Amino acid sequence: MLEIQNLAMRFGGLLAVDGVSLDVQEREIHSIIGPNGAGKTTVFNCMSGFYKPSGGKIIFQGKEIQGKPDYKISRMGMVRTFQHVRLFTQMSVVENLLVAQHRHLNTNLLAGLVKTPNYRERERKSLDRAAYWLERIGMLDQANVDAGNLSYGQQRRLEIARCMVTKPQLLMLDEPAAGLNPAETLELNQLIVSLKEDYSVSVVLIEHDMNLVMDISDRITVINQGRPLASGTPQEVRANKDVIKAYLGEA
Amino acid sequence: MATSNVRHALFCAIVTIVISYPILGLNLEAEGINIVLTGTDATTIVAIACAALIVFLFQLFRDSVMGKLGAVSDLNPLTGRKPMEQDKRAKLESWVLTGLVVVALFWPFFSSRGAVDLATLVLIYVILALGLNVVVGLAGLLDLGYVAFYAVGAYTFALLSQYYGISFWMALPLGALLAGLFGLLLGFPVLRLRGDYLAIVTLGFGEIIRILLNNWTNVTGGPNGIGGIPDPTLFGMEFGRRVKEEGNTSFHETFGIAYSGEHKVIFLYLIALVLAIITALIIRRLMKMPVGRAWEALREDEIAARSLGLSRTAVKLSAFTIGAFFAGFAGTIFASKQGFISPESFVFLESAIILAIVVLGGMGSQIGVILAAIAVTILPELAREFSEYRMLIFGAAMVLMMIWRPQGLVPMRRLHITLKTQE
Ligand SMILES: Nc1ncnc2c1ncn2[C@@H]1O[C@H](COP(=O)(O)OP(=O)(O)O)[C@@H](O)[C@H]1O
Ligand SMILES: [Mg+2]
Repeated sequence: MLEIQNLAMRFGGLLAVDGVSLDVQEREIHSIIGPNGAGKTTVFNCMSGFYKPSGGKIIFQGKEIQGKPDYKISRMGMVRTFQHVRLFTQMSVVENLLVAQHRHLNTNLLAGLVKTPNYRERERKSLDRAAYWLERIGMLDQANVDAGNLSYGQQRRLEIARCMVTKPQLLMLDEPAAGLNPAETLELNQLIVSLKEDYSVSVVLIEHDMNLVMDISDRITVINQGRPLASGTPQEVRANKDVIKAYLGEA
Repeated sequence: MATSNVRHALFCAIVTIVISYPILGLNLEAEGINIVLTGTDATTIVAIACAALIVFLFQLFRDSVMGKLGAVSDLNPLTGRKPMEQDKRAKLESWVLTGLVVVALFWPFFSSRGAVDLATLVLIYVILALGLNVVVGLAGLLDLGYVAFYAVGAYTFALLSQYYGISFWMALPLGALLAGLFGLLLGFPVLRLRGDYLAIVTLGFGEIIRILLNNWTNVTGGPNGIGGIPDPTLFGMEFGRRVKEEGNTSFHETFGIAYSGEHKVIFLYLIALVLAIITALIIRRLMKMPVGRAWEALREDEIAARSLGLSRTAVKLSAFTIGAFFAGFAGTIFASKQGFISPESFVFLESAIILAIVVLGGMGSQIGVILAAIAVTILPELAREFSEYRMLIFGAAMVLMMIWRPQGLVPMRRLHITLKTQE
């Protein structure tokens, strides 16, 4: 469903991403790994429309999307989380989930002012969906808390839920396990698998936690200094000499 | 540290002297055909010296003085208190507002004409400030040219009544819609800009509109303005002594009461009151609607908001347009109240005053904005003898405000939508 061909991103003299290609199938967890500064987040930024790639193609469901504005890509069904959590900290947890459903709500001003049945109906549905996902990530009792007051692990989970309420087809998670304790990582692990199994989304995952990556990935792409190093199933990647030398070997 | 403090304080004192001596201490006097420079009397010089000394001492002990000032707020019994429960606060706020409205409804019948007239002006500022609050407070766009939309509303009514004999009630929606349209058109190119740049460009647009009105003489009358703007009518009843418009009746004759100029003033006041209430109610609802949340989301974290499919331009444009719409409302009432408008009424200072109301009131808070509008309009009237120092007091108030309560008189706390979980 997603195909990246020869992606390149240049910042002045620095070629942060150079010739990266990967493809993601329906209901697949595809991980991108590589040392810090390898260009993983930059790939995400190109995919989600924050950067206009200097070269290459990104094809999502048959349409070229490179260089499209970020909000349009998001509306097409490709939604991301951030390496550093970006919640609306002064808004409550539910409201974070409602903002994400903006486009599923009735945003007609007049309809909202007079509260037409359609407006109420869609608001109720959105609240229900928010409640569903809060239940799913075990945070229903936090619904009316300001997002800024959540623990770090909860913020991470809320960010994923916030993506899920937009009904995406492809989810991009940028180091979702960073800063989590082992128990939380395990929970996250199960959540990501369930997203694929139960909700049929494809996941592109950037992650440093090797156990997590090897455990849940269907395929892995390794990049190093912006260049693709290897790709394949976890077994293949684990056995790849270049990878062992450049990355796994160090750890 | 101590030496750098002394240096800094000395520098500030010298700046004080350099600025104030030429302005206060030197006078240009005409002597025949020559102009001579004369120094002033000793008292002024002493005053300047005192001022410099005060500045010096303040800067020298600045840290401890500011520390004490900061501590003063601890004496405020409200500071340490936990914020009220959302439900309770909402209830209290609606009680206070209802009370205010009831008082405001009956008050004009017991007051002087001048007071009611002034109150109408306050209400116009309330509408303006509530509208600008959407742009600045809720959407976080610093708009320094807001007065332009106010002018569009006022001139729409003035021109349409002059050329097409349109009535107040027709002009009210038209003025607001046209102002909103202007907001949309002007907003489209400028909303790509951020922060300071946006402020500067909107400032420029505000001036462009004023200059246009000033120079397009054959349509707008230029600096001479437009007069004879009709008063509002009540179901075809006019409030003047004699009926001007064919087919209308006059208010005092219909009701068989003596003519009084006060009727018209009170009527206008009530219209302004109703429109201010409508404005407040609409904006209150907007804040709880998806668009209100989108404004806040975009203000809080634009990148996250866009990653969730919010279009920055569309969301910000909606705030800009809605704000302009209400300015158009206010402009129509203003034109009708004055009966005469000219570009003079739409200078940058107006934008600054409206912005000051929003900032003083606490961005995003409605009661705060209403209180601030009252304060900013009425205080200068009460203290007419200080009118020369109006801007000085204004500036000082703003500085003190930023030190003590940067969040405004009544800081905003948006009503959260709550998820009620059924057990
Ligand atoms: N906006 C930018 N401007 C300039 N350089 C950037 C920018 N974003 C990323 N880089 C550079 O690109 C390289 C890859 O960064 P990044 O994609 O964040 O790595 P990773 O996520 O794999 O740790 C780094 O050298 C980083 O400094
Ligand atoms: Mg990264």
